[in-house]
Amino acid sequence: MNRGALEGIRVVDSSTAWAGPFVSELMALMGAEVIKVESMKRLDHSRVISLSTRQRFTGTDQSSVFNDLNFNKLDVKINLSEPKGAELLKRLVKVSDVVIQNFRPGVMDRLGLGYEALKEVKADIIYLSSSARGAEGPERSYVGYAPSFAAHGGLSYLTGYADGMPAMMMGEIDLISATTSAFAVVAALNHRQRTGEGQYITVSSSETIAVLIGDVLLDYTMNGRVQFRDGNRDEIMAPHNCYRCKGDDKWVSIAISNDEEWRAFIDAIGNPDWAKGERFQDTYLRKENEEELDRLITQWTISHTHYEATEILQRAGVAAAPSFNSEELYNDPHLKERGGYIEVEHPVIGKKAAFAPSWKFSKTPAKITRHAPLFGEHDDYVFGELLEMSQEEIKALIDEKVID
Amino acid sequence: MGEKALEGTKVLEYASSVSGPYCSKLLADLGAEVIKIERTGGGDEARRRGPFLNDIPNPERSGLFLYLNINKRGITLDPKTQTGRKIFLELLRWADILIEDKPPKEMEELGFTYENLKEVNPALIMTSITPFGQTGPYRDYKAYNLNLSHGAGAGYLTPGGSPNLEREPLKGGGLFDDYTAGLSAAVATLAAFYYREVSGIGQHIDASKQQSVMDYDRVELDMYPNTGVVRTRLKGKSLGGAMTRCKDGYVMPMALLGPQWDAFIDFLGNPDWGEKAESTGLTATLEPSEEFSRHLSEWMSSRTMEEVYHGAQAKRVPMAMVSSTADVMNSPQYKARGFFTEIEHPEAGRLKYPIAPYKFSETPSVVERPAPLLGQHNEEVFSRLLGYTRGDLVRMREAGII
Repeated sequence: MNRGALEGIRVVDSSTAWAGPFVSELMALMGAEVIKVESMKRLDHSRVISLSTRQRFTGTDQSSVFNDLNFNKLDVKINLSEPKGAELLKRLVKVSDVVIQNFRPGVMDRLGLGYEALKEVKADIIYLSSSARGAEGPERSYVGYAPSFAAHGGLSYLTGYADGMPAMMMGEIDLISATTSAFAVVAALNHRQRTGEGQYITVSSSETIAVLIGDVLLDYTMNGRVQFRDGNRDEIMAPHNCYRCKGDDKWVSIAISNDEEWRAFIDAIGNPDWAKGERFQDTYLRKENEEELDRLITQWTISHTHYEATEILQRAGVAAAPSFNSEELYNDPHLKERGGYIEVEHPVIGKKAAFAPSWKFSKTPAKITRHAPLFGEHDDYVFGELLEMSQEEIKALIDEKVID
Repeated sequence: MGEKALEGTKVLEYASSVSGPYCSKLLADLGAEVIKIERTGGGDEARRRGPFLNDIPNPERSGLFLYLNINKRGITLDPKTQTGRKIFLELLRWADILIEDKPPKEMEELGFTYENLKEVNPALIMTSITPFGQTGPYRDYKAYNLNLSHGAGAGYLTPGGSPNLEREPLKGGGLFDDYTAGLSAAVATLAAFYYREVSGIGQHIDASKQQSVMDYDRVELDMYPNTGVVRTRLKGKSLGGAMTRCKDGYVMPMALLGPQWDAFIDFLGNPDWGEKAESTGLTATLEPSEEFSRHLSEWMSSRTMEEVYHGAQAKRVPMAMVSSTADVMNSPQYKARGFFTEIEHPEAGRLKYPIAPYKFSETPSVVERPAPLLGQHNEEVFSRLLGYTRGDLVRMREAGII
């Protein structure tokens, strides 16, 4: 049995929704032991509702969305707003390596669970605070969801048709923010491994998006230019678009960056007469006459399926890919061969398809080992075995609604 | 204190354009020593892409290249030549981590498979970032950012809230997906490095850009196998419609929960046309009625983005402001967080760059050097690190090896 890359690391995670929980899921896929802390009072709301996909779930254990974002984790019930709950969390932190939280800045401090307080309990703790705008600055208490991060990161403004509204970006934004946080935490683990020192990390979800358009931000810095959204188009490359194919709402993306690719492309589509004229002879001209070019290319794509078009063009060395929908991806032979999806058995909602971890490690494979935890599923293990609390103590805390 | 998070970590980058260089930029900004190999001749493809300073194309003044290669040392090398290959392997012996983005076939032809390279450096971590991964029928397919966006299923969902399916699906803004693929690979790389620090064992990471980008959309995309629903960009099937135009741009009220919605109505001044939420629980008011939207547009049209954004947030309404790059670069919030750094570059001059979205209490991100000029560190790396003489360097340059 192969070890995971992060085996031996224990993470306590009190975050909810998507941007927090996915941080610890990535770590759990790589072998970390993640203990998720919830309470009846503060249930992770993705157990109940998915704002993005508009699904509602009954009870606490029926959410496929929660399942997707919490594989491999353990789950305990601790009411953190009770002083005894905060004490209990500290006991857990004492035997852990990483704390993840995404309360509004200031909340954990009020509960007595800020970095300074937890550092007293565990000197080398790595403590991550992730929030919409970061824990510092005048807007630190502002609230937001994934679409807000994309809006403030400048991405929404740049996404959409040239004659249309900025695009609203959804759940992917949360998971990108989470991946950024995971990167920061693993970097801190490396530092701790070398020096023995823990630390406090704050992440601004808006900034996690802004760094992904760095080149466009530099255009403003360098030239004072405010770039605008322009569909699928590129500054230099043409053709560079999605073209309609045979079938209902089927499209192929084609991108050509130089004359060599252009010649290969023209050959591949059978050297139509229109391609011989002067209008499309170099990159500059193709960009100049892009609209007409797009129209002419569609004459070819429309008589092929997006799979056919992709195959013909790729064989010729031209970058092309279908605009895949979720059904096509699930049935795609390439992803099948790579084991892109796996099935996970969940005791309440049954067998569910899930994405296998996107990376393939040769020595320490990342993997899904179990379904997302049921609410409070691991109270016994964590309180009884890990913290070695007596049955009486546990029962008393249940009665006092600390374990709740 | 004062040490860098990845101090002493040695990274060899054999990559070009966006995903690979972004992956190693993330490491470099936290203190890893990155040596970037560029091809002899033109160097990294990013050098040929804009934005260019003053709009004059110049390989030393590409904003894309300058941004993605901060903190790295740069050398030129042609590993296809015998000597170039020898030097590549010498550098590989020096490195802890190799980040590469070459087509799998090309690496095989060069003899640079992980199996071969680990003979040279047994504890090597090699991260291969390619469009469709190292295996499977599409492994040799070519994909630019556009193809990645669509091939990973993200494009088909964009732009959410479309009134019909007449128009083409879209990529995300800029080169967004290429960046996010590099980000994903960076997490795996550092985890593998952590494992190596603990165990002494290196490994190969096969990072498929397609799967990385798909993974971000997992909740939308795996609805199909689990519920039979194929998500599209259609209005009503996505979270569209909440974006509202005000005087100088768009704002986005995200009052998704009951109490937030009520606070929003409060913020609007409790008008006749704004009903409060019936319950205060998890009441998702995702698509307000057309009448409400009409009134709201009218209300917004006389107000500015800033006014609406700060006013609503003061009442705890999750309001967002659709920021342009100018709004981002001039944001007092980002400035207060220390998100920007000015960097002096010998060719591009002093410019303001966004740096890191995270703040570390003990090991802050650092900018020690601007992006390298083409071949800037040849002498430093070949002479000081590998021990070649000045004469060797001249001869190698003449032979087109460096």
